[in-house]
Amino acid sequence: MATKLTARRHRRISPTSESRPVQWLLIGISLIFMGVILVLPLYAVFHEAFSKGIDIFLAALSEKDAQAAIRLTLLVAAIAVPLNVIFGLAASWAIAKFEFKGKAFLITLIDLPFSVSPVISGLVYVLLFGAGSFLGPWLKSYGIEVLFALPGIVLATIFVTFPFVARELIPLMQDQGTGDEEAALSLGANGWQTFFRVTLPNIKWGLLYGVLLCNARAMGEFGAVAVVSGKIRGQTTTMPLQVEMLYNEYNATAAFALASLLALLALVTLVLKSVLEWRFGEEIAAGTHE
Amino acid sequence: MEVRVQNVRKEFDRFPALHDVSLDIRSGELIALLGPSGSGKTTLLRLIAGLEMPTAGKIFFGDTDASEKTVQERNIGFVFQHYALFRHMTILENVSFGLKVRPRSSRPPAGEIRRRALELLDLVQLSGLEKRYPNQLSGGQRQRVALARALAIEPAVLLLDEPFGALDAQVRRELRKWLREIHDRTGHTTVFVTHDQEEALELSDRLCVMSQGSIEQVGTPDSVYDQPTSPFVFGFIGESSELPVVVENNELWVGGRAIGVPAGDAKPGKARLFFRPHDVELIEADASLSGVVTTSRRVGGTRRVELAIGGEGQHVEVDLPFDHPAGEKSRLAFRPRRWKLFPAA
Amino acid sequence: MSTAVSTARRQGWSFRRPSVIPGFGLTLGFTLTYFSLIILIPLLALAIRSAGLGPEGFWKAATDPRVLGSLRVSFVTALIAAGVNVVFGTLIAWVLVRYRFPGRRIFDAIIDLPFALPTAVAGIALTAIYAPNGTVGWLFAPLGWRIAYTPAGIVIAMIFIGLPFVVRTIQPILEEVSHEIEEASATLGANRFQTITKVILPSLTPAILTGFALAFARGVGEYGSIIFIAGNIPFVSEIAPLLIYIRLQEFNYVGATVIATVMLLLSFALLFAINLIQAWSRRRYGYGN
Repeated sequence: MATKLTARRHRRISPTSESRPVQWLLIGISLIFMGVILVLPLYAVFHEAFSKGIDIFLAALSEKDAQAAIRLTLLVAAIAVPLNVIFGLAASWAIAKFEFKGKAFLITLIDLPFSVSPVISGLVYVLLFGAGSFLGPWLKSYGIEVLFALPGIVLATIFVTFPFVARELIPLMQDQGTGDEEAALSLGANGWQTFFRVTLPNIKWGLLYGVLLCNARAMGEFGAVAVVSGKIRGQTTTMPLQVEMLYNEYNATAAFALASLLALLALVTLVLKSVLEWRFGEEIAAGTHE
Repeated sequence: MEVRVQNVRKEFDRFPALHDVSLDIRSGELIALLGPSGSGKTTLLRLIAGLEMPTAGKIFFGDTDASEKTVQERNIGFVFQHYALFRHMTILENVSFGLKVRPRSSRPPAGEIRRRALELLDLVQLSGLEKRYPNQLSGGQRQRVALARALAIEPAVLLLDEPFGALDAQVRRELRKWLREIHDRTGHTTVFVTHDQEEALELSDRLCVMSQGSIEQVGTPDSVYDQPTSPFVFGFIGESSELPVVVENNELWVGGRAIGVPAGDAKPGKARLFFRPHDVELIEADASLSGVVTTSRRVGGTRRVELAIGGEGQHVEVDLPFDHPAGEKSRLAFRPRRWKLFPAA
Repeated sequence: MSTAVSTARRQGWSFRRPSVIPGFGLTLGFTLTYFSLIILIPLLALAIRSAGLGPEGFWKAATDPRVLGSLRVSFVTALIAAGVNVVFGTLIAWVLVRYRFPGRRIFDAIIDLPFALPTAVAGIALTAIYAPNGTVGWLFAPLGWRIAYTPAGIVIAMIFIGLPFVVRTIQPILEEVSHEIEEASATLGANRFQTITKVILPSLTPAILTGFALAFARGVGEYGSIIFIAGNIPFVSEIAPLLIYIRLQEFNYVGATVIATVMLLLSFALLFAINLIQAWSRRRYGYGN
């Protein structure tokens, strides 16, 4: 009994923690804030989507334009994500495995799209391929439409998702150093063998992590795509754009139905991401030691 | 200030870290808590500091029971192994911190705080570096700042947790000598934790050898070295060789041969003989320990040889003059000059 | 001997340090080409368009009252939101790192929701909640307070998208703050409040500043989650990115370009400031983020 009392007193006056009531107060404030700011919107999406029943929900999703938007979104992600993966692998190989001048500057440049407003990311392509530009009319003379068509949407999506894979892989590969590759080369492997059999297995979870984030953003991008798409119903509207259109047409239930698919994608992304972090923490983030 | 640790027990989540430990620390002495990792020495130090609270038992500072006091109220100076300097503060700010956080009623005026901090930096030979940040100092310098910071609050007791553990061998030796000087000058009651016996033997007035959550022996370095009271202490402090022996007819026997060592008042039966490798004499007599040299290597001014004794693969180490002709497979006979006998485990 | 010296010198001058690992030319070449095509050339197109206006034309377009109004709305709301996020983000990071409570991991994962949830989805959801008949808006309506369709709605949306930047910047640094320095502070007589305000928070300052700048930059540029909830009334609740969009719809490329250039310059200045904070913090304290 006496032991128990002492133990409790010990916990109370531990010099590096707060008392239990203070802890619960702070936890409470944090959870309420997160609940209102983060959880409530998520709940609202599903609540609104099913507010008129499952039949309306399913009807909204099977509608022709909605189907077209889903297909376009998948197509855009299927082009943009692999391209950024190839870029991410190339950039991280060059940056992590070699020492050269201007490397730090290059790393900063790769992060650049993160500090550009999505609307501006779309705008730059309008300026490059739009009516007043040099490139637009020239391409048009060959029958290639960039703006208000798939290429423009893909380009804008690549722009905004550009850094995701690279910024995940660069610190990871820098942390791993060049020892494994040098060992493989000294054993007679050529460059590609070294990459596919040594480097890639070392970074696979980090790569998957980057792909997850890149994909979530690619499928969900709104501002940049809104600027370049022209919003031609059934042709150049991606899912987020379709959500906006439906919402502005006061078809809130249909808008939320489509939005709930995107929210589901976000949830799946978060779950996979957390699983990767818990299971492979050290193989994802460089220098993370839990 | 004298410190009395009385029947202290400490459990972490039911795992016992200290069993019923009692220790009297005399005012003004420099005492070392020495032991292998996991022996409970750091736990004992943290209990004295108030960074941990005992599961049972009491700790007295002088005549007052400090067990109920928080770490802030105990007024102790604590020096951490990894310095724990505040990285966003200059050296001067680090040293003055303890005075600046005092309540207004007991806080010295700003000028006085500054004067005392500078004085301490002078004491630890870091004058002129007060505007630097910890990041700009070497490890040895950082540890000296940590000590100055701990001294600034005029602590009742100074506690150091492996203070030289993170430093190079060279710097360690210098700081050791220097800590002794500071102690002699300031006269603080000082407790320091170390796993380095050389450090403990050289630096402390008394040392407290710990193992597996208990105190094995407390005494001056000489007494602990010369009269170890347990096999653990004999093995842990200094070089030692151990041999299983049999006590019979007031004599020690190995492999059916008397070895010319009296058993004193040891009870007949199995026992463990301990001696120091350098404390042996080579003799040509029937009653001696004899063995075959298995390895031989020169260590500085002596030659350390390992001998296989008896048929059961027992090995002991003895020191010979470095120019002794014994090579591998030669036979040597010796007798320990001083030894200690412990009952078989 | 002389070869060694000359090799050393050549290394000192060369663009890259020699290495046995192959693929430098290929990967760096691809990186730079791809970067130029996707990022650099389009941004240059913007710069050239902008420069083509001449200083006078640029100034005239940039100081158009509606443009200034939209920039003011964007910056003021983003400042407020980043301020709120610094307070709550620091608190949440603290709670997640220091305390153990049921559901901690789930809440830790949910912090990243704004990174994963498409902005348009967040926009309509926030609007539904904060509209006068929504879950939260309904509470405030009797008091005569409106959140949706006012600048307050913009702030709410910016808090949503900015929160993870603050939390995720502070969290790793807070995890690194060693228990030893807190114990050191306690042994020196500091009470818990003093330890937190004088020892822990100051060592987090660089991370807090960085998180603030990141949340602010994100807020200023944000479009999707805001336009639904903002009400979009010029001079009151019209944000700069929306005005760019409106100018484009009007085929007023000049107007769009000017606003975009001003915003880009400001966000690059912010990016530069963030880099300065981190370099300073690394130099002085020996850590950054």
